[in-house]
Amino acid sequence: MTPRCFQIQPSDNVATLIDDAAPGLVQVLGATRGEVAALDKIDRGHKIALRDIAPGEAIVKFGVRIGRATKPIARGTWVHLHNLASDLDDRSGTLDLHSGAPTDTASAYV
Amino acid sequence: MSDALLSKSWPGFLRPDGRKGIRNLVLIIYTVECAQHVSYAIGHGEEDTHVIGFPGCYDNAYAIRLMLALARHPNVGAVLSVGLGCEYTQPEKIADTVRASGRPAEWFFIQQAGGTRTSVAKGKEIVARLRAQIRRETPRVPMTLADLTVGCECGGSDGTSGLAGNPAVGAFFDLLVDAGGRAIFEETVEMIGLREHMLARAANAEAKEQLAQAYDKAERYCRAVRQWSVSPGNFAGGLTTIEEKSLGAFAKGGTRPIQGVIRVAEQPREPGLWILDSVPDEHFMQFGYTNPNDTEGLMDLISAGSQIVLFVTGRGSVIGSPVAPLIKITGNSATFRAMEEDMDFDAGRALAGEITIPQAGAELAALVTRIAAGEPSKPEQLGHREYFIMYKHQETPSLAAGCRA
Repeated sequence: MTPRCFQIQPSDNVATLIDDAAPGLVQVLGATRGEVAALDKIDRGHKIALRDIAPGEAIVKFGVRIGRATKPIARGTWVHLHNLASDLDDRSGTLDLHSGAPTDTASAYV
Repeated sequence: MSDALLSKSWPGFLRPDGRKGIRNLVLIIYTVECAQHVSYAIGHGEEDTHVIGFPGCYDNAYAIRLMLALARHPNVGAVLSVGLGCEYTQPEKIADTVRASGRPAEWFFIQQAGGTRTSVAKGKEIVARLRAQIRRETPRVPMTLADLTVGCECGGSDGTSGLAGNPAVGAFFDLLVDAGGRAIFEETVEMIGLREHMLARAANAEAKEQLAQAYDKAERYCRAVRQWSVSPGNFAGGLTTIEEKSLGAFAKGGTRPIQGVIRVAEQPREPGLWILDSVPDEHFMQFGYTNPNDTEGLMDLISAGSQIVLFVTGRGSVIGSPVAPLIKITGNSATFRAMEEDMDFDAGRALAGEITIPQAGAELAALVTRIAAGEPSKPEQLGHREYFIMYKHQETPSLAAGCRA
């Protein structure tokens, strides 16, 4: 079965994966219908870019800004801690990409 | 809304202040950690008997107000307060305040009763007597959705919480508000990034001012402790920023106007949708944490008079709550299948296209009325009654204003 993702508002430039996806075609459900070619392996619950997004540009989900792109993001790319940063939380760029674990307190465990 | 749901009625328990309960409980309250073991031993194996308390020896106004709000909760019919004998918090004063609300209440100090076994035996004898009395004397009256206050929070959120779990609750909250009930959601630290979005939902100018103050306090708090309400499990589940998590969390507020902000142990004055602010107020010494764990948030919602609480989780959870039954909802069907013995409701069906979000809301309303009518929720069946309370400073109103006598 083709993996699916869900776009909440038409203005959203990211969609949320409902199934785990490998690089390849992903079906888009929700506000708009269509397909997007995933460039990365993307887990269920994570986000995929629906358009090319420039550094500094807003990432939009629920029709609302959820942060900014920290590097160029091509359509089909996994959007997460490595290329999207919060406008408020200054720790959000320091977290481990896969586990989400903090890396800025590593010295406290020594 | 279907007329059947609107007119659905079940027998409730009438309290002296006019509120109606969906359970008829004896509540045991320990007034210091030293009395905790004896209190749980008294409650062990006792039907319709729950335990709460406060571990600190030095008392705290916030904690006392929270306990008194639970002691005079519509689901509670009688109270036994148990102290050790040398702590600041006074079990006699708790019993007096509860009696003034028209409920039977008793208290004792362990140091005066004897040791562990003597105190447990004494406590069990009192609980049996109180339970028999409230079963005999509490008037039964019909209840409908309009008599319900329902609180909701989310925890262990993942990418599905904002897509299905919280929107399903939002759809139910719209139904509840339209039926004349009260809906409460909280976690102002999870509204960070949504200031304008939130203020646009205010019912009137006063509510807008309250929302602005609560939002600004939450943001100052998060900056000060350098901790935003988003955790490694959220990131691993696909949420990337606090703003993104906030939007998903806010979805449980549905679409109706927000009537205002209440504090811990304060009840919504009128029907409609309300936000609960549990963030500590600025104080000469900064103490108290907001959202230290999921259970604290649930106790806050119950202290506001919620007869039922809803918990939305994507990654899964096995908690329950004393005083008010907890209903656990997930937007993640895989989590529902993996933890079905703990999960009450699978909103993930909306993501698979099997049902719509409004249908999920209507199904949830039907489930809430069944639990209100006496069917035990999954956490209730499993005996989950996790409880948490902490030292905190909040400039909450007086007891009279906060908890109706």
